[in-house]
Amino acid sequence: MQQEVLLAMLAKEPSYGYQLRARLDRALGPLGEAMNAGQIYVTLGRLEKAGLVGSERASGLPERPDRKVYSLTAAGQSRVAEWVSEVSWPKPDLAEFHLKLIAAAAAGLADPISIVDAQRRELLRRLRDAQRAVMAEPGQSDSALLLEGIVLRLQADLAWLETCEQTWTVRRGES
Amino acid sequence: MNDTSEPVLRARGLCKFYGKDESLVRAVDGIDLDVAAGETLAVMGPSGCGKSTLLHLLGGLDRPSAGEIRLAGERLDQMGERALARLRRSAVGFVFQAFHLMDELTAAENVELPMLLDGRSPRAARRRAQDLLTQVGLTDRATFLPAALSGGQRQRVAVARALANEPLIVLADEPTGNLDSAATLEMLRLFESLHAAGQTLVIVTHDARIAATADRLISMRDGAFADETRLTGGNTGRLADLAGLDG
Repeated sequence: MQQEVLLAMLAKEPSYGYQLRARLDRALGPLGEAMNAGQIYVTLGRLEKAGLVGSERASGLPERPDRKVYSLTAAGQSRVAEWVSEVSWPKPDLAEFHLKLIAAAAAGLADPISIVDAQRRELLRRLRDAQRAVMAEPGQSDSALLLEGIVLRLQADLAWLETCEQTWTVRRGES
Repeated sequence: MNDTSEPVLRARGLCKFYGKDESLVRAVDGIDLDVAAGETLAVMGPSGCGKSTLLHLLGGLDRPSAGEIRLAGERLDQMGERALARLRRSAVGFVFQAFHLMDELTAAENVELPMLLDGRSPRAARRRAQDLLTQVGLTDRATFLPAALSGGQRQRVAVARALANEPLIVLADEPTGNLDSAATLEMLRLFESLHAAGQTLVIVTHDARIAATADRLISMRDGAFADETRLTGGNTGRLADLAGLDG
């Protein structure tokens, strides 16, 4: 996860690490389970060193990362503002699969359609997992919205596989 | 009672042809299929692959050109019209893409209708219709006409109607084809609850979301089965990865 995410999570108010963790848990639901708390403190430490985050130890408690209240510095605030207005989007990696089909067909290594079938089975399994997770979430939760995004992406990938299958079926018929 | 190992639905060498000679269309071309009790089966494929025709044959809405179909051991393909109509009414529940509700009847009356046709008393039908509407989450919509319901609600009424006579099997043809994302999710939840209650379901769809919730998935091409998958295993670890949470 990007450091900026944690930084932005701090923008609401100065917080303990565990409060950040709770905010992330609410937003991510079942997807947040893989995240470990240690990672949050490591990232906070880095952000502090970079001057984007400041911290204050709650009085009378030992010097430990989990006893500190973290807050954004002025530099941190402007970094968050910058990040929020940035346009970025993860790149889908379709070329590799596309070239696999072309290479397999050209060299007679495998039937492109069975490659498509195998890929579809894998995506359907992922879709089923995502679907199960969506159904287990209360309707309007933040994490349901994220899971919905995963479901829609998988559907788009599956629709593309269907197009691949149709095209390669026609080509096989012609050759 | 049938032996429990016997499939609810069995088809052998099932064919449906249209036209003849040069213009012969093999809509369904030699299909063998067993559907086990309590199973949810999804049939997927591009439009025109014959999946809707297959569903119509399986439910006795259409006659095969060749082959046999057994529902709970009874040969549908050899049955007379009246016996077939009776069997359809009592043993098969249909759900269609366009809902096919009676516009002039309320939600409850739509659900009661197949029970009345099957000889149940009006009181018993009314009571069961209420229970079914509760089951599909529409208790407070019982007196509404279809026109006053959303697409998702209409389809849930249609599911309640399909269940009216406690069918051996529910056949659904693109049940989410006219639904938005939220209503699709409601429908998926409903199918899951039917599955959990042991209802046998065959769903023809090109909605991958539905297909992914089935026990078994068959891909159909050119009137025949091309690929079959059982969707098992998996955990949400992959999902975190798909969301970009890979560390």
